[in-house]
Amino acid sequence: MSLVSRHLEANGIPTVVIGSARDIVEECGVARFVFNDFPLGNPVGKPWDAAMQAATLGHALDLLETARLPRTTVQTPYRWSDDDAWRAVYARVDDSNRAALKAEGEARRAKQAAAKG
Amino acid sequence: MATRTHRSPVSYIDRTREYYAALGYTRPYAWAHHSDVPFAALAKPLSQSRVALVTTASPWQDDPTKKLKPFERHGVWAGDAAHPPAKLFTENLAWDKETTHTDDVESFLPLRHLKAAAQAGRIGSMGPRYYGVPTEYSQGRTEREDAPAILAMCREDKVDAVVLVAL
Repeated sequence: MSLVSRHLEANGIPTVVIGSARDIVEECGVARFVFNDFPLGNPVGKPWDAAMQAATLGHALDLLETARLPRTTVQTPYRWSDDDAWRAVYARVDDSNRAALKAEGEARRAKQAAAKG
Repeated sequence: MATRTHRSPVSYIDRTREYYAALGYTRPYAWAHHSDVPFAALAKPLSQSRVALVTTASPWQDDPTKKLKPFERHGVWAGDAAHPPAKLFTENLAWDKETTHTDDVESFLPLRHLKAAAQAGRIGSMGPRYYGVPTEYSQGRTEREDAPAILAMCREDKVDAVVLVAL
């Protein structure tokens, strides 16, 4: 998505990216970025929270007008929840799933090798 | 005030590398990195500009045999912005399926909110179509095929500015 943004910018079309994976977007480098510090899946706002979604889009539209330099990031004031337990969930690796992940990877590679003949 | 030993935003680059290492993939994914960043300014006031949305989701598919598998590619596509979809297909994408859901399309493709911004005069108009671009493992394919295809549709629709929402 960041690469598409960069291509549009290079061809004269201003863009703004809305996302929740701050490191990936900023590592790629985009002109304007609105960051919601949320679990991946609802970067515009919590499901069914129309007011928050409208406000996030509003921040993105504001940024189209106000950013003067590339790599302008704005972080919204919203919080996903009072606790931060969600931060550990995505792609978690710990003692509870380490052996299962290893077996899953081996099964996947065996299947790919079989498909190649 | 809370204190932290790591920065608060999740480091998805680190998380993904460690996850694939646990699966036994030893060569880490190399993320796109650029030291230069192109920047275009609005050519006219936002209140006179046509704005379009881009999503990484795919059209909804009821037929289970046609559902996309993880990382399977749908290709660049477009939908009618005047008729926001009730559902979009996101199962093939990487997001936090344990913590949240994507049942509310406006939480990742805010077509109704963009229409409201047009009605309020905040933007000139909403583009006639919204665009879909696959999350692609191959950065070269995104740069050579998908990004030029999105640009061509933007030009065809006379779009002045674009909001891209990465799921």
